[in-house]
Amino acid sequence: MDHEPLKVEVVAADRQVWAGDVVNIIARTTEGDVGVLPGHEPLMAALVPCVVEIVTADGRSETLAVDGGFISVAEGHVWILSQTAVMGQEVTIDKAERELAELRELQRTGDADEDQEHRIHILEAQIRAGERVRSA
Amino acid sequence: MASSLRELRQRRQSVTATKKITRAMELIASSQIVKAQQIARNAMPYTTALTHAVSALASHGEVAHPLLEDRVPARRSAMLVVTGDRGLAGAYSSNVIKAAEQLYTKLTDEGQEVVQYITGNKGVGYFEFRNRPVEQKWTGFSDKPQYSHAREIAEVLIEKFLLPYEEGGVDQIHVVGTRFISMLSQQATATRLLPLVVEETDEPATAGEIIPFYTFEPSAAAVLDQLLPLYVANRVYTVLLQSGASELASRQTAMKAATDNAQQLIERLTREANQARQAEITQEISEITGGAAALAESAGNE
Repeated sequence: MDHEPLKVEVVAADRQVWAGDVVNIIARTTEGDVGVLPGHEPLMAALVPCVVEIVTADGRSETLAVDGGFISVAEGHVWILSQTAVMGQEVTIDKAERELAELRELQRTGDADEDQEHRIHILEAQIRAGERVRSA
Repeated sequence: MASSLRELRQRRQSVTATKKITRAMELIASSQIVKAQQIARNAMPYTTALTHAVSALASHGEVAHPLLEDRVPARRSAMLVVTGDRGLAGAYSSNVIKAAEQLYTKLTDEGQEVVQYITGNKGVGYFEFRNRPVEQKWTGFSDKPQYSHAREIAEVLIEKFLLPYEEGGVDQIHVVGTRFISMLSQQATATRLLPLVVEETDEPATAGEIIPFYTFEPSAAAVLDQLLPLYVANRVYTVLLQSGASELASRQTAMKAATDNAQQLIERLTREANQARQAEITQEISEITGGAAALAESAGNE
């Protein structure tokens, strides 16, 4: 089991969010959490809004919040594509929590539309990613 | 003579003021274009990865998806025309509109109805002035489009595409935008957005690249379901970015030409004004000397 680390690129629609060598990735697909280690078979899976955890080749851990999209693994390369992806340390938890609280209120009164429901998932993922960075 | 001198000076002054404006616009456009190109570069990795994934899925075969199906015969098409919000960009918007009109004629000749979507004030103005129905319009972001704009447009288009024909749905979607070839050359082009033609990106594809045998989770169809809307939004975004950069580039070129022209005009007017002033002086001198000679003559007669 001696594989080169994976080359990972996390790209959002308007920029490359993160790139580097990685030994482990955990992301949540529509079917459940999936872990990708070096030497993984070619895979293409749809993601749900979630926190993606990455362990880099030099042992650091990174967290990212994505709003769906997909992960593609092939020949030692991994792409994580998402329309918006945010690094854990870029998240301002306070701001996200405030927006989340407003949306929750809407959800409770049953006024939230599909987009807002989706936004709630994204914000939850962002807050989780942010908190994990904080506590680390 | 005196009045023409004043007129010349006045004109020169107003041309100088205009030149200052065009020069400022030129500089603004050229600084914005660097930013626009940077943004376009930042969006490249996403486009590449997405295109790669879509081609992998498309080559997987046996995947049927409404966004990929060719509907024959096509009875109704949507046309998205991407124009600028503001003028003073040379022929930028009119070139796009010309290309759009060509496509419109071609589609109607094929017997299709055409539903029109417009972005940019210039296009909206053109179609509304001619009382041509515009299904939906977006304005206010032609020179700095955001991904959210593209997403909004893509959602409207996809929804329209998925509607059955009887309820007003369309069978094809075309986009007319401007391709940014270089700072000096931009080209208005029409491309078909849906049903998708999976195109390679500008980057040369490595020859004989073998697409790995992917495992799709949960299934190829489900992944495609999630991917295609992203792909469409990305294509719209790319067109918006390219058109935005093209608008800035053609504004810069147009404003540079205007500034140069103003400079020439100023030089000509200065020369004419100098001539007029000199002529005035010469005339004054000859009047004085003539007058003096006449006086001397009449004094000698006495």
